[in-house]
Amino acid sequence: MKILVCITHVPDTTSKIQFTDNNTKFDKTGVQFIIGPYDDYALARAVELRDQTGGELTVLNVGEAETEPTLRKALAIGADKAIRVNAFPKDAYFVALQIAHYAKEGAYDLILMGRESIDFNGGMVHGMVGELLGMPSISPVMKLDIEGQSAKMAREIEGGKEYIEVDLPFIAGCQEPIAEWKIPNMRGIMSARTKPLDVVETISDETFSQVNAFQLPPAKGAVQLIDKDNVEELVRLLKNEAKIL
Amino acid sequence: MSILVYLEHTEGAVKKSSLEAVSYAHALSSKVGGEVVAVALGNISFEELVKAGSAGAAKVYHVADEKLSVGIIQAHANAVGQVFQKVGANTLVLAKSSLGDAVAARLAVQLKAGLVSNVVELPETEGGYTVKRSIYTGKAFAETSITSDNKILAVKKNAINLKTDGGEATVEKFEANLEDKDFAAKITSTDQATGEVLLPEADIVVSGGRGMKGPENWDMIEDLAKELGAATGCSKPVSDIGWRPHHEHVGQTGVKVAPSLYVAVGISGAIQHLAGVNGSKYIVVINKDPEAPFFKAADYGIVGDAFEVVPKLTEAIKANK
Ligand SMILES: Cc1cc2nc3c(=O)[nH]c(=O)nc-3n(C[C@H](O)[C@H](O)[C@H](O)COP(=O)(O)OP(=O)(O)OC[C@H]3O[C@@H](n4cnc5c(N)ncnc54)[C@H](O)[C@@H]3O)c2cc1C
Repeated sequence: MKILVCITHVPDTTSKIQFTDNNTKFDKTGVQFIIGPYDDYALARAVELRDQTGGELTVLNVGEAETEPTLRKALAIGADKAIRVNAFPKDAYFVALQIAHYAKEGAYDLILMGRESIDFNGGMVHGMVGELLGMPSISPVMKLDIEGQSAKMAREIEGGKEYIEVDLPFIAGCQEPIAEWKIPNMRGIMSARTKPLDVVETISDETFSQVNAFQLPPAKGAVQLIDKDNVEELVRLLKNEAKIL
Repeated sequence: MSILVYLEHTEGAVKKSSLEAVSYAHALSSKVGGEVVAVALGNISFEELVKAGSAGAAKVYHVADEKLSVGIIQAHANAVGQVFQKVGANTLVLAKSSLGDAVAARLAVQLKAGLVSNVVELPETEGGYTVKRSIYTGKAFAETSITSDNKILAVKKNAINLKTDGGEATVEKFEANLEDKDFAAKITSTDQATGEVLLPEADIVVSGGRGMKGPENWDMIEDLAKELGAATGCSKPVSDIGWRPHHEHVGQTGVKVAPSLYVAVGISGAIQHLAGVNGSKYIVVINKDPEAPFFKAADYGIVGDAFEVVPKLTEAIKANK
């Protein structure tokens, strides 16, 4: 089976979010970049499926040269090869166009990615790739098993889950607990250095949107502490001040 | 040019977030003109459909195909796309949700439409079309221009007040032309809690963390939630260990909630948990550790043992009714 996993290169979840250049650019000072946590779940499951069924696992990122360490990490976790589409990811549609092109070229049986990126939280690339390729797209997938040419999965819905069956090929946006995050071991890290990482060019520059500027939310006021033996006071505040009860 | 709204429903009722999307579309139409038309798919009653009227829609198209009662992404996208063409819309508005995201993404390609998700305000339409959306899981906003003629806006919960004084909507049936391949992904069964307040939709949420010590102590959380008419949530380790079902997990890698009130009991307030709750209007924290980081993000706090404070609080709310 040929599996493609698309990963994002995003600030670590504990990063302080700040902007520079008159609020037009993300401030990378002191920020550590990671594989998007949802993409990391997709990758972990893909490694397990590749080990089970054999075949080849490719990771792909649309990004500039700075994302290569993140792709190397994916190779260390267990991917066989990596593709970097050499471009700044301008908008979701732009990214989906590149992925759809290389996915088609590679004739993958299964295309996995995270349910959403943790920078822009769009949650749309999987659906766009599905539509571009005319394949089913399913998200958010929390369980995925492959039997021959078909897959059984669970998709999270509000208040529960639904079970889905679909034939390969298809696209899934993944989330926990599809697999446990894998930490690269020494052997993985060593072998990642020599695995192929191909840099390819974009096939289209089309976009439908563009970000003009960023803003931070207003700072939160200080907490009002209420004595634990006077919970009635909290009820009063929720009623009269917050006007919730 | 009309504005189309995609309505989702569960347990036979239109979702409140979808009605908010209708209200958003109504406010948008006051700004840019055009009729607000809604579309609902699958089994749903007339009484529910006309609720879109109160929220601001002039008309509702109902694609009554039984097979669309469940959220098959491809089929939903194609049915909504056909209604979009039929009414000559140029904008689709929907509530941000896991099904909504998946459907909107396919439609963005079909309709060559710029899609902006997590929209928190009405667009700025002077000399362009700029929308403010929430990014970095609620830690920042981005002003985003849509450059295509067709537009899709996925609206974040609580971005707009629900309108309830709209008019009567006319309801019309629409036959969507769907093929077998639109149903290639088959939903074989569904496991869904019934009669519960859905977490992403809830106006009040009571969540418990590892400080609750074990699943046997959740009665306390549930009693408080019941008294408040709230949904229950939890932190990631709690769902990881299996004390609570996964769909209750709130945070960076779980459900993002935006209720009027979020009550956190025995949760430390790690940055990844806060990422899921920073859209809340008010936050109450109950934690025995005065240094717990959650207090910095809270409006009201009680430093104390949850096992003492929570039952007392439940009683006090009951007494106040
Ligand atoms: C990439 C990534 C993504 C993550 N995503 C999420 C996410 O989506 N959601 C999430 O929640 N976490 C997430 N986490 C985990 C997060 O970092 C924390 O580990 C987690 O939120 C801690 O859960 P907790 O507050 O329940 O437990 P703890 O940190 O163990 O805190 C328990 C709290 O309970 C208090 N307590 C104990 N006993 C009592 C008592 N009797 N009465 C009152 N208070 C008491 C303690 O003082 C403490 O503050 C993520 C981590 C990573 C690395």
